[in-house]
Amino acid sequence: MDYFKLKRQKKARYNLSIYLMIIIAYAIVMILSSQGKISSLLNGLLVPFCTYSILAVSLNLVVGISGELSLGHAGFMCVGAFTSAVFTRYMKFLGVEGLYLFIIAILIGAVTAGFAGLLIGIPVLRLKGDYLAIVTLAFGEIIKNIANAIYLGFDENGAHFSLKNTMALGLSDKGFVVIKGAQGITGTPHYSSFTAGVILLIIVVTIILNLVNSRTGRNIKALRDNLIAAESVGISATKYKLIAFTIASSMAGVAGVLYAHNLTTLTALPKNFGYNMSITILVFVVLGGMGRIRGSIIAAVILTLLPEMLRGLSDFRMLIYSIVLIVVMIFTSAPAMKQYMEVLKNRFPVIKNLKASVLKKMSKEGE
Amino acid sequence: MKKLLSVLLALTLATTLFACGQKQATNTTAENTPAATDAPQVFKVGGIGPITGGAAVYGQAVQNGIKIAIDEINANGGFNGYQVEYHFADDEHDAEKAVNAYNSLKDWGMQLLIGTTTSSPCLAVADKTSADNMFQITPSGSAVDCTANPNVFRMCFSDPDQGIASAQYIDSHNLAKKVGIIYDASDVYSTGIYEKFVQEAAGKNFEVVAEEQFTADSKTDFTTQLTKLKGADADLVFLPFYYSEAALVLNQAKQMGYAPTFFGCDGMDGILTLENFDKSLAEGLMLLTPFSADATDDLTVNFVGEYQKRHGEIPNQFAADSYDCAYALKLAIEKANVTPASSVSDICNAVKSAMTSITLKGLTGDSISWKSNGEPNKTPKAVVIKDGAYALAN
Repeated sequence: MDYFKLKRQKKARYNLSIYLMIIIAYAIVMILSSQGKISSLLNGLLVPFCTYSILAVSLNLVVGISGELSLGHAGFMCVGAFTSAVFTRYMKFLGVEGLYLFIIAILIGAVTAGFAGLLIGIPVLRLKGDYLAIVTLAFGEIIKNIANAIYLGFDENGAHFSLKNTMALGLSDKGFVVIKGAQGITGTPHYSSFTAGVILLIIVVTIILNLVNSRTGRNIKALRDNLIAAESVGISATKYKLIAFTIASSMAGVAGVLYAHNLTTLTALPKNFGYNMSITILVFVVLGGMGRIRGSIIAAVILTLLPEMLRGLSDFRMLIYSIVLIVVMIFTSAPAMKQYMEVLKNRFPVIKNLKASVLKKMSKEGE
Repeated sequence: MKKLLSVLLALTLATTLFACGQKQATNTTAENTPAATDAPQVFKVGGIGPITGGAAVYGQAVQNGIKIAIDEINANGGFNGYQVEYHFADDEHDAEKAVNAYNSLKDWGMQLLIGTTTSSPCLAVADKTSADNMFQITPSGSAVDCTANPNVFRMCFSDPDQGIASAQYIDSHNLAKKVGIIYDASDVYSTGIYEKFVQEAAGKNFEVVAEEQFTADSKTDFTTQLTKLKGADADLVFLPFYYSEAALVLNQAKQMGYAPTFFGCDGMDGILTLENFDKSLAEGLMLLTPFSADATDDLTVNFVGEYQKRHGEIPNQFAADSYDCAYALKLAIEKANVTPASSVSDICNAVKSAMTSITLKGLTGDSISWKSNGEPNKTPKAVVIKDGAYALAN
């Protein structure tokens, strides 16, 4: 009894620490920027921090909590980015602009990406392990290539669609091309802000934490830990895996909306919506720790910041970045390193005592 | 323990942020203090382009081209009597990274921007320079919208201009009756030229008989496209893409015994310097380009010699365009008579209006002038490859 209570409290404290971390970081940035003490580089990175944190947290739901290796996460980001950007760009063309459009755009991005996740998840989640990884990778690339091939325009007769070129759209003189194939969408309104990003991140974290600690979440984790045992007690594998996959896709779509409205140009390149990006997000998750929400956010922020901080090294920048990545991966996962950390903890009894006293206090409160 | 860890992490995060903020703070004071006593004595010029990743060739050419020009300019007294500092930032051919690169250059104190190299990042950065009112000239951002803002100028031709010029040239020189096109559907540059070419071709004395596409994922085998073109009896094949793929097209056409006239745009420039390329394949290839490394005027000879000495290769058109950009900046700054002491915005306004009244004798044109919409006014040279070298076509 006591044990469960303690565990619950521990969980609550962990959850609280995530929100605290986000809010403290937000407050510090806001105070600094109000005094103009923040560099342009960091200022420009604030929205990407939120975008990548959301992506990392949402992929963690699939990889860490549901235990399925997905390599196509950037594809869902692409869906969210393109659908929402088509909407806001068309609204801009009609002369309608306003922040409420951004909220609608977020909903559109979340719903379409979630729907894409559901459609792809139904056949794909029947596979396991490496097979699943390869098929999700393929679907991610398919989404990117479709986005590259679409031509979409509007005129007074409605929407025109083609996979060939802008001439094939047959637009009237008043017409307007929204997606120009490989040239993508240009002139997307700039709606993303750090505040919006932080709010979205908090919403995403809340949804995931609630999901994980719910009955559904326990079912998802049970399927991850032992598929046969879980199915034997009547948990539907397809259903719960699909729930996790769809929710994660939908959140990736939200990150896509944030991404699309931070830049005026949106093109589907391997760099931003292809395989490279999916791997980058996976790196955030692995480095932050499977199933660790707070770790994902920290890893996303640090790994986004790192290549920019290394700009001083000019030509060697990406080389050093990869070396740092390898070193960090080896060190954080090496058993010897973990042992050393234990030794370090024991050498500084303050930490140990603190822990003991906290535990004691908590168990007292429990009584 | 968890609590302690979270506090620690929050602290680390906070210190990183503080460190960044602090760094900026010291930066600004370092810049402000001398400004208060005596004005800064250098112009700070930034450059942006991909120097890592798939498009690195173009970014490196731009980086080197600007460097050569700035070194020459500094040796001859700089911009308007002030020395020029130059810093280049990598954007990995990604819009988001380009904005980061721009912001880091801004922290460094950049006053004028030569960049960015590729179109899509250029659009993203042009939005930011417009908000900051910083003068920007792109050597090779050829998408139409790159120069949509009044503070952005361009050195290369825009994509539609190249498509139109190519169609007109083929028409006025009676080069063909039936034209076939192969283009890269996943590339902004290629589709931009292709679309305008087809639009312009309507009503001309030739007919577009086949339009075949490929994408970045399938750019090694062109036999399907070539077979279709051959089947449609195209006597001229228009290739609006880069030389590395064009070399494969030429090779495969020869293997299947198909010998139409091949016609390319400025992206074709560089085909003769491609390693292991059989130059006889390019015999008779025509291209519209503002720059040819084999030209015999002093400017080109000096530039090509210097480039080869430093980097051991023949400069391509990107290097030439960016070299010209630096000289265009010099002319405009001297015309406007601005000093580094002015604010970024004041420099931009002065240079912007001076740009429309200068005429540059550069590598990519004998008399390049600019319209207020940022487009350059220069004539493309049509060259034909004869005996493994460029010769002016007439």
